[in-house]
Amino acid sequence: MQFRFELEGGNFSKAGYASSNIKKVLKQLSIDPKIIKRVVVALYEAEVNIVAHAWRGTVVADLDADKITLTLEDEGPGIPDIELAMKEGYSTASSAVREMGFGAGMGLPNMKKNVDELIIDSKVGRGTTVRMVTHFG
Amino acid sequence: MKVNELVKELSLTVFCGEKGLEEEITGGYTSDLLSDVMGHVDEGMIWITMQTHQNILAVATLKDISAVLIVNGASPDEETLQKGREEDVPVLGTSLSAFEVTGKIYQLLLNE
Repeated sequence: MQFRFELEGGNFSKAGYASSNIKKVLKQLSIDPKIIKRVVVALYEAEVNIVAHAWRGTVVADLDADKITLTLEDEGPGIPDIELAMKEGYSTASSAVREMGFGAGMGLPNMKKNVDELIIDSKVGRGTTVRMVTHFG
Repeated sequence: MKVNELVKELSLTVFCGEKGLEEEITGGYTSDLLSDVMGHVDEGMIWITMQTHQNILAVATLKDISAVLIVNGASPDEETLQKGREEDVPVLGTSLSAFEVTGKIYQLLLNE
C-alpha cells in the first residue's frame, strides 16, 4: 500500500495531515499502539520540518506487512551540516516559527529516537530527502 | 478525574470538544514547545500551554491526550476551534497562569 501527501512551505495548517492519516491506517491494521505512536511522532516532526524550512515537499508512505517506510522529499534550502542539525537544541527556524512553539531544535533528534532507521540526504540550495523505516515486529 | 470534573473544580472555560469531556485525565504536561510535548506527553494527559494555533490540535490528536488547557485568559484561534470540533478534543481555558493551574491540577490528581 502506498499513500502520498503534499506539503507547502509556510502552510502550517497542512502539517499533521499526513501523520494523522497514517495513524488511522495503522490503527485499522491493528499495529501495536506503541509503534504507531513512535511512527506518528517522527512523521509529524518531519512534516513540520518541511513546512518550517522548505518551499514544498511530498510525503510518501510505503506500507509492507512487516514495516513502514516514510520518504519525505522537499525542494528547499537543504541542510549544510547534517551532523550539526541532528544536535539537540540546534535550530535554524525563523522567529515566527519559534513563536508558534516550533524550532526548539528537537525535531530531527525526536525523529531519530522514534524510528528504526533514519537516512538524510541533502543538497544545499536544492532540497532534502528524509527516509525513515519502522519495523512492526 | 474526568475532564468535566476538572472543568467544574477549576471553573474552566470549554471552548470546544464537548464530546471528549468524559475522558479520564491520567496526568499532565506543561510546555509551549510542540516538539517537547510530542516527546513527553502521553495518552490521556492534559496539556497546559499558552499556544493557541491549530497545530496544538494536531499534537493533541496524534498523542491521544485528554484535553488542551490554554492559560492566561487566551482564546484558541478560529482554526483551532474548528479542528477541535472535528476531532472531539476538549480545548479549555483559564485566566490562571501556567504555573498556578499546573499546581492546582497536580494537587487534584495527587489527591484522587
